This record gives sequence, C-alpha cells and structure tokens, in this order.
Amino acid sequence: MSSNPLTLFEKIWHSHIVTQEPKSPAVLYIDLHLVHEVTSPQAFTGLRERGLKVRRPTHTLATMDHSIPTTPLSIPMADTQAAAQLQQLAENCEEFDIELYGMDSPMRGIVHVIGPELGRTQPGMTIVCGDSHTSTHGAFGALAFGIGTSEVEHVLASQCLLQHQPKTFQVNLSGKLGIGVSAKDIILALIAQIGIGGGTGHVFEYTGEAIRGLTMEERMTICNMSIEGGARAGMVAPDDTTFEYLAGREHSPKGIEWDKAIKSWKKLSTDGEAIYDQSITLDASSLEPMITFGTNPSMGLQITGRIPNPNNYSDPDKRHNLEDSLTYMELQPGQPLLGHPVDVVFIGSCTNGRISDLRLAAKVLEGRRVAENIRMLVVPGSQSVKIQAESEGLDQVFTEAGAEWREAGCSMCIAMNGDQVEPGQYAVSTSNRNFEGRQGKGARTFLASPLTAAATAVRGAISDVREMI
Amino acid sequence: MAKFTHLKSKVIVIPNRNIDTDQIIPARFLKVTDKNGLGEALFSDWRYNSDGSVKPDFVLNQQQNQDAKIILAGDNFGCGSSREHAPWALTAWGINAVISTSFADIFRNNALKNALLPIVVNKDIHQSLFELVAQSPDSELSINLASQTLTIPRSTAVTFPIDSFAKNCLLTGVDQLGYILSHESLIEAYESTC
Repeated sequence: MSSNPLTLFEKIWHSHIVTQEPKSPAVLYIDLHLVHEVTSPQAFTGLRERGLKVRRPTHTLATMDHSIPTTPLSIPMADTQAAAQLQQLAENCEEFDIELYGMDSPMRGIVHVIGPELGRTQPGMTIVCGDSHTSTHGAFGALAFGIGTSEVEHVLASQCLLQHQPKTFQVNLSGKLGIGVSAKDIILALIAQIGIGGGTGHVFEYTGEAIRGLTMEERMTICNMSIEGGARAGMVAPDDTTFEYLAGREHSPKGIEWDKAIKSWKKLSTDGEAIYDQSITLDASSLEPMITFGTNPSMGLQITGRIPNPNNYSDPDKRHNLEDSLTYMELQPGQPLLGHPVDVVFIGSCTNGRISDLRLAAKVLEGRRVAENIRMLVVPGSQSVKIQAESEGLDQVFTEAGAEWREAGCSMCIAMNGDQVEPGQYAVSTSNRNFEGRQGKGARTFLASPLTAAATAVRGAISDVREMI
Repeated sequence: MAKFTHLKSKVIVIPNRNIDTDQIIPARFLKVTDKNGLGEALFSDWRYNSDGSVKPDFVLNQQQNQDAKIILAGDNFGCGSSREHAPWALTAWGINAVISTSFADIFRNNALKNALLPIVVNKDIHQSLFELVAQSPDSELSINLASQTLTIPRSTAVTFPIDSFAKNCLLTGVDQLGYILSHESLIEAYESTC
C-alpha cells in the first residue's frame, strides 16, 4: 500500500475495512460512537427487541445536549416530553453499560465539544454519531460523520457500519486571515461559493497555509460546517497544533503510548502524489467577515455586501429559491445588511460554543452594553467551557453587558429545549443552520461569527466588527 | 426490513430546491422516544398555521393528494440534519418514493433503510415530470425497482440508478444489521489486530 500514494481519508478508510464483498458496501469498523438523547432511543429499542447487547461499550460515550434546557438544571423541567427523553437515555446507558455524561456531570456538554475536550477524539479514528455535525471531529484527522438512527443501532450492536466509499475533495485555503475575519467566515465563504450541495458524495480535506495557522478550535468550526456544504465529513491532517491540543487530556494516550501514537498519527497526512477527485482553492487573505441573508447556509455574502437581485439569475429555479428566501426573511434585493435591526443575538452551538469563541465575543463586549432592543444569549458548549469561562471572568463580562449566561447545551441552534427565537424575529446566530424555522417557527436567522454577533449585540443592528476592534 | 418492489401512484409536487430536514420535520417533534405521530408532523410548518389550523393551499392538505405515494421535489432533497425522523415521517404519511435530481447523503442512506426510494433523474426528465403533472395532475407514475425503471405516461420508461446492495435489501427484505453480524468472526479478527 505504501507504493500507492493515498489521501488522509483513504488511509483511514482502508485501515478500517473489516471486509467487503463484491457489489456490496464495506463493513467499516468504528472506533468511537457518540450518543445523545434525540437520535438514540429507537436504536436501543431495536437492540432490546432483538435481544442484542452493545458490542463495545468502551468505544461508546453518551451525553445530553439537544433537548436539555440551558436554564439551571436544579429547576424541574417544564417540558415533560424532553424530560422523559433524557430519562430514557439515562436508563439506556445504565442497562447497556455506556458511560454517560449526564444531567449532573461537570463534563456534560454538546457531544461535539466534549469528545475533543476529553481526548476521546483522536487522529486516525473513525467516529460516528447520530448527528450531522459529527464532521467537527475531522479537525483532528479523524474520519467522522453523521448517521441515522438505524445506523446508530448497527454500530451499537456490531461496532460496524455498511458504507460506500465517498470521493475526496481538497479545499486548499491559501494566505492568512485579516483582522476581524475568523474560521467561521472561511467556512461561510466556502459554502457560498460551492453551494449547499457542492460537496455531496465527498469528504473534504482542508489543506494549505490558512488551515495550518488555525487553532484546533478554529479548525473544528470549519470541519463542523462541512455538512452545510453537502460533505458528510471534513478533515484536517494532524500536526503539532493537534498534538499540543491532545497532550495531557483525560483520554489521550500517556507515556510510551503517547510517543507511539504521535509516530503513527504523523503518517496520516496525505502523500505528496495522492490525487483528490476534486479541488478548490480559497484565498483566506481576501476574505471579509461573512453573514448569511437567506434560508440556507450557502446564501451568504460579505458583511459589506448587498443582497443579490433574483432578476439577475438566469436559472428560474435559483431565482424562485432566492425570491422565496427573501420573502421569508422580509428582505429586499439590493439591500445592505449592515445596519439591519436585530432582535436576538445567540453565541453558542457546536460550531462556535468553545472557549476561544467566548473569549472573542467577550473582548468585543468588555466595557460595552448590549443594545436595548437585543436579547443576547451566551451558551457555553460544555460545562467545562462554562467553568473555564467563569474562571476567566467572561461570565461577568457577558452579564454586566446585559447578556444571559446559560448552562451548556445546543440551546437556540435547534429550538427544541425552550430556547428559541420568536416568530418574525431576526437573530444573528453563531450556529450552523439558517433554515426556515430552525431557531423557532417563523424565526429569521443570520449566521455569522462570534465577533460579528458580539458587535451586532452592542450596536443593536448588523455591524462590521472591524469598526470596533 | 420493509420491502419495496414496485409502486404506481399519483405525484405530489413540492418544487422547492434544497428541502431540508428541518422542513420535513421540525426539531421540536424529535422529542419522541418511539416513531409514533411523526406522519402528523410531516412538513408541519408548511402544513399548518401558527394557530394549528390547516393551510388549505399546501399540497399535502389537498384532497386529491391524500392517496399519493410519490413526491416530486427540487434539487438536493433532504439536506441538513441526520434525523431519521425525516424518512419515518414521510413513510408514516404514506410516501414511498421521492424523485429529485439529487439527494443529501445522510438522507439517502436513511431513506433506503426505511423502504423509501430516493429516485434520481436527470434535469430533462425532472423538468418533463413537472410539466406532466402540471398538465395532468392525475398522471400516475410506475416504479419498478427490479428493473430500476420509472414509467411515465405518454413517454418512454427511464432507468434510475440505485446501489445494488440497497436494491437487493429492499427487494428481498434483507436485514442489514443481520448482514453485518453474519461477519462477526471477521469483526473479532479485526478487533484482535487493533
């Protein structure tokens, strides 16, 4: 195999094939299975009906994030259906002997935040979860992707999945980011360019100077939204930045094992002569802060830009799509977004709920006030992030500015836990989806970076953070 | 696993591109621990007003569509989240096939595990189907999985692609977990090398 140049993806793929029969998908071994309350109950029911056990409980980790409220958990939950779902996960983990970071765990949090924090996410692994943002873990040079509940059951029972080999797509990020421009702006710019289905059937590998210059948390932001470009997975070859992040974490290898791991992780990088099925280059130094204006994440523009005019689209489908989006958003062609009033600012989610995101937002908010017309919610991605932020006094910055400081969870990203944007309201959100109703029925979402979100909160309308730093 | 062999049905047209899983079934309906009631919530925000009343103009609410089993949709159907509740809601309502020019990867996988056939056609056929249903809303399409053919009234049958393993599973009702577990000794051998 060494004579045949391979990509990062291909190396992991080939080394995880248990068997593959002719005209059949590969039986792919899964190293880490992340479980949460929403997409797992029917899978556990399936196991029970068949009398099966969880094959490798030690390769499985569960937490509560989607339907859990972000108000103090000492308050009895008003939503009895959500409470029952959380209780069901606790019972399932107990019965099947799965480690659960549950309601009262100081390490509970969004599944894609805690996996890396705990050192469970490691280079070279195959990682799955019943959640499309599993692509996040690819930042470590893992092959990580979302699966449905039937597949959750398959992995629980067999530690394997049936998969067809996807194609590879190199996303080369050249240059360096300018001031006020962040990882979120890179991924929003990429999706705006290739479209929401641009990566369908492919796995992205992010390469180039810009990605090498980013921290692990920034790389996670980019890999997280690979799915918004249609790719089930996005990957970054591991390097010293990766190893420094992992060193000393609870589940990272220790001692001799660590040295052995580094040696094998260094072999994962794409070979010089390897060929990708598709490639694109984006110049990071030319990017501005990005913001979305429509009802899918590819409908984005530079923050100083104007909303496109449907009449300029020759493809009638595209034209109708844009018209429908602008009707839903109540926005006009040609209109600038800068200065557009906003009702809610949300900082959090598996995209931008990590400590570095909160530090950036706090820097903008320090000594300033959230505008009168804005409800601002800051939701740490995990309880560990919360504890860290509080030790740095970031919670004080947020609450003194007038923002709400919450417990960890998916919160307003998904509007199934009590946190939501009201019908007709506009929100600038650091989350990942601006689909109709995603943040609440009738809610209108502008996706942006934590910097843009914080600047908007201060001014009460969509703002260019570069004027404030 | 549920089987799929053939189907003949009228067509419900939802022409929007990029119909995402948040439209197919909004997240607030994902708090269930079983699969009950999801058909009621299918396309909820497009089907019902805020006060819960029915939007009579939406296609799923129209009387002539109540027994239709095929949706004809715009490009990139099923993008967004991994929720299998999307195909569960579609099949619970009575849909057994969706025709589009493309499907999001996770949705396609989930659909195939629930006897919901994602049928990919090229742009020309796609356009001709929209025109056919616009002219004759009662037109019935026939789908034959074994021959991978979609028969369109007053036109020739077209073939559609489908992965041969998934096709065989749907035709014979092969249980995919059972298939994986039939390789248990190989899984054990793999684990022993880790």
